[in-house]
Amino acid sequence: MQYERPQSTAEAARLLHGATGPARILAGGTDLIVQMNAGVAEPALVVDIKRIAGLRDIVAEDGGFRIGAAVSCAEMGEHAALAAAWPGIVEGANLIGSTQVQGRATMAGNLCNGSPAADSVPGLVAAGATARIVGPEGERDCPVAEIPAGPGKTTLKPGEFVASFFLPGRPARASDAYLRFIPRTEMDIAVASAAVNLVLAEDGSVAEARVALGAVAPTVRLVDAAGAALVGTRLEEDALEALAKACRDACAPIDDKRGTIEFRTKVAGVLARRAALIAYTRAGGRT
Amino acid sequence: MKTIPVSTRVNGDSVEFLCAPEETLLDALRNRLGLTGAKEGCGSGDCGACSVLVDGRLVCACLVLAAEAEGAEIATVEGMAEGERLHPLQRHFIDSAALQCGVCTPGILVAAKALLDHNPDPSDEEVRYWLAGNLCRCTGYDKIVRAVQSAAAEMRGA
Ligand SMILES: Cc1cc2nc3c(=O)[nH]c(=O)nc-3n(C[C@H](O)[C@H](O)[C@H](O)COP(=O)(O)OP(=O)(O)OC[C@H]3O[C@@H](n4cnc5c(N)ncnc54)[C@H](O)[C@@H]3O)c2cc1C
Ligand code: FES
Ligand code: FES
Repeated sequence: MQYERPQSTAEAARLLHGATGPARILAGGTDLIVQMNAGVAEPALVVDIKRIAGLRDIVAEDGGFRIGAAVSCAEMGEHAALAAAWPGIVEGANLIGSTQVQGRATMAGNLCNGSPAADSVPGLVAAGATARIVGPEGERDCPVAEIPAGPGKTTLKPGEFVASFFLPGRPARASDAYLRFIPRTEMDIAVASAAVNLVLAEDGSVAEARVALGAVAPTVRLVDAAGAALVGTRLEEDALEALAKACRDACAPIDDKRGTIEFRTKVAGVLARRAALIAYTRAGGRT
Repeated sequence: MKTIPVSTRVNGDSVEFLCAPEETLLDALRNRLGLTGAKEGCGSGDCGACSVLVDGRLVCACLVLAAEAEGAEIATVEGMAEGERLHPLQRHFIDSAALQCGVCTPGILVAAKALLDHNPDPSDEEVRYWLAGNLCRCTGYDKIVRAVQSAAAEMRGA
């Protein structure tokens, strides 16, 4: 195995492009090094992106934020302005693993590892976040929702990697929330999860809503009908039930020892309701 | 296989070593530098027995490549005592019988010190959440939480 530590995204792209065997990006290593230690991943080239200028920064851009692909989840939690604007994104990222894992894990690694239960991805999808992707043909921006392609798979082309995420600016009456169900309080994989991102109108009704579900399908799902169920409402009971039903209808989960199909489907609806109420309160709305 | 020269600082001392590209920081600390305080409980990030600080961040050394330590500042349990003088956390762990087999203890000490360095007066709940990635098969955790709290109180001068 060859270990490289490029200083620029262009150099990283060149290294990936020139690789003669399996090549992997190394961010926090909390998935990759686990797989290497277990002999599941045997890359010929590992490209550590943590020393690339700018990739560890969170910066204000166009009223929103650009978050470098090597920013750890702990660093996100410590960024007061980011946590105030996007509390749902930050709480998803901060649910990943232990304190030790938080110090290393990144959202880009969480996304590119391709787990349907990845905790930071529903929040990014609900936010309408875009990823800046660098590859052999230069840079492109792509909605995060279009990157997962199934367990362990992404739509990134050979030689491409995520350099940063962009979270758009938002009006004053807007917020988001993320909830997951796990059988314990810490250190477990989501059995089902939901992220809700709301923008309220002047009169306190919901003007825009985006709802994304995790762990209930081969990829994180943006559920358009669930968002539509909330628009124009103040989260009255019938709106919440319509939201929950749209979420249940969008579920295509697996059946395993951690949760049956029936349980995951039901819980997805419950979590979406609760996350919607939290996001609504955070955005300044009152039910 | 190509070896990689690494120059780093461990517990304040400049250190140089050669490592294999896929070697973990945990293996380099234990096998190349003779620092066997950090333990391998799982090798998968679940147990925290390998906890060390890299540039001030608490991490699992089993999930860091040794080559990543280039130019970094590493702190391990071996750096906690000053000569013969134990760190208050170490003393309170002994006094409160917060360890039995001791395999988890170095990792818990390093993690607890990282907590108290940024939060000198944590609640029990904060201690438990902070240490959720440090597994102990022996103590039942209660004595660990109490030892951390009594060390914290002493360090605050309370
Ligand atoms: C003890 C433990 C508990 C965990 N708990 C959770 C949890 O609660 N929830 C959860 O969702 N996950 C959890 N995880 C999994 C893991 O921590 C997360 O998925 C984390 O976000 C991965 O990020 P990383 O930076 O460490 O990724 P890495 O391990 O560095 O990379 C992961 C994968 O993505 C690729 N990659 C990384 N960065 C990029 C990039 N910029 N562009 C393209 N490809 C890239 C790598 O090549 C690799 O294939 C846990 C892991 C451990 C060890
Ligand atoms: S050995 Fe590193 S977490 Fe268990
Ligand atoms: S004292 Fe034995 S594992 Fe904690």
